[in-house]
Amino acid sequence: MLLDVRNPIRNVAQNGFLTGAVMVFAVFAGAAFTPSSQAPAQSQTSQAPAQQVAPSPQGATPQGATAQAPAALSQRANLNIVVVDPAHGGTDAGARGTGGIRESEVVLDFAAQVQRALETQGFQVVQTRRGNENPSFDDRSAIANAQRGGIFVTLHVSSTGLPSTARVYVNADLPSAPDASGLIPWGRAQGPFLGLSRKLGDLVQGQLAQRFKGSPSVAQTAAVRQLRTTAAPAIAVEVSSISVDDRAELDRMAPGVADAIARGVAAFKPTYIVANAAGAQP
Amino acid sequence: MTSRWRVLLIAGLAVAVTAAAIYFPILRRSVKQAAKLQEQSEEQARRELAQALAANPGEPRVKAKLFWASDAEDGALTAVTVELPLSSDAVLRSKQVLNTLLAGPVDAELRTLPPDAVLLAFYLLPDGTGIADFSEALATSTPSGIVSEQMAVDSIARTLEANVPQVQRVRILIHGQEAETLAGHVDLTGTFAVNTKPWQTPAKPAGVSPAAPTPAPPSGAAGSAKLPDIVAPTPAPAAAKPGAGTLTPEKAPGKLTQPAERKP
Repeated sequence: MLLDVRNPIRNVAQNGFLTGAVMVFAVFAGAAFTPSSQAPAQSQTSQAPAQQVAPSPQGATPQGATAQAPAALSQRANLNIVVVDPAHGGTDAGARGTGGIRESEVVLDFAAQVQRALETQGFQVVQTRRGNENPSFDDRSAIANAQRGGIFVTLHVSSTGLPSTARVYVNADLPSAPDASGLIPWGRAQGPFLGLSRKLGDLVQGQLAQRFKGSPSVAQTAAVRQLRTTAAPAIAVEVSSISVDDRAELDRMAPGVADAIARGVAAFKPTYIVANAAGAQP
Repeated sequence: MTSRWRVLLIAGLAVAVTAAAIYFPILRRSVKQAAKLQEQSEEQARRELAQALAANPGEPRVKAKLFWASDAEDGALTAVTVELPLSSDAVLRSKQVLNTLLAGPVDAELRTLPPDAVLLAFYLLPDGTGIADFSEALATSTPSGIVSEQMAVDSIARTLEANVPQVQRVRILIHGQEAETLAGHVDLTGTFAVNTKPWQTPAKPAGVSPAAPTPAPPSGAAGSAKLPDIVAPTPAPAAAKPGAGTLTPEKAPGKLTQPAERKP
């Protein structure tokens, strides 16, 4: 298996993660890019809307990502990129309400509001999809894993649950030990980030609990597939529920959910220092 | 047409319309009732199937804990104690409790698993990994969403935890195949932790190998790990080598390479 430290996305594509066992760099955790590697990240953000975010790892090469210069090893960078993932899409509508409401459409609208709220807080935002397409779980994770010092927020609407509540989920425990070569298996990429994900999840859930009565006060644990392959602090936000009679009930929640996420992420930012050293664990 | 015939025709039509107005609601009620009866009989058949598995007059009735949705707390599970004649055979016991879980609580609103889902098979590997193979309906009928899917998985894991100490972790298959997710969210590619304390194999007579089960057929008894009181003599250690008749992760249904264990 060939691993190119300058091009993690090409690595995962060439080594065929779509078919299963693939390794993700430990350097994803440590972000083995120079600070200038933020430039390509910017090209995928909302600040350059003309450039489409590639939904597939094939061709989604972070141009300009270079091997780390020794002088940069001691530098640190703070969180500034948030990858927002409107779940489902394309032929996968997600949860469907009796009134014809589709989760894939609701979360796309939520994502737009979350993006605006995050930008107001000074973050750059990368969306995993902007239209009615359905990138795979791994494609979405690859987009997040290519960002240096980013975090990942996936948006969902539940089929059940108390209406007008919102829950944050973080992944359940994953064995995180890298193998003998120091690499983190792709399938357990979230492992080293569980502590940070929990911290981020609690902060966002706290904000949501203030806005939506009946929501839990701390993040819940669940085996969310999308989070497992994401090498970054990662949370899933699920709004209840698709069973409402009128979609307007969900739409009314969007500004509050967006503001809660943005404030939670802003509160998390000072605690998340991204080490530049290759292979460094969070 | 004379006016007399016209009057007769109108009168006849009026009678027909009146009769239809009376008859159609009755017919509608009958159809609805028949559909309801059919639904009930299907549900009853499922329950009878579960009862047939559970009912074993030779086995002592024990208090089993089943985990269904809580009516007091949204998104939480609650334990319900049910007295069942449970087998002391771990595989059969697992099937009994999971079938009872599938049959559902008295209040159908508190179900965690869809009523049309069926447990096709249950296997127990020597390392304590239980493999629960469900019909397609588990994936297609479980409401899509993190909360509903995680509750479904948790109810399976916690019910096994409370009633079958031999099961250390559980893997869920859909129709014999590995599924990436249950209904689009919760990851089914790994195992879910059940009993965190390892099951202590009871002391065996000298020369008896540790449990070396053979593949468990869907009907159940063969190949199961046994509870202490019914430990059967097993072949000598030489016969316990991986090979024919031994269920190893490689031989189990679905791909079982390096399952990632998760707490439910």
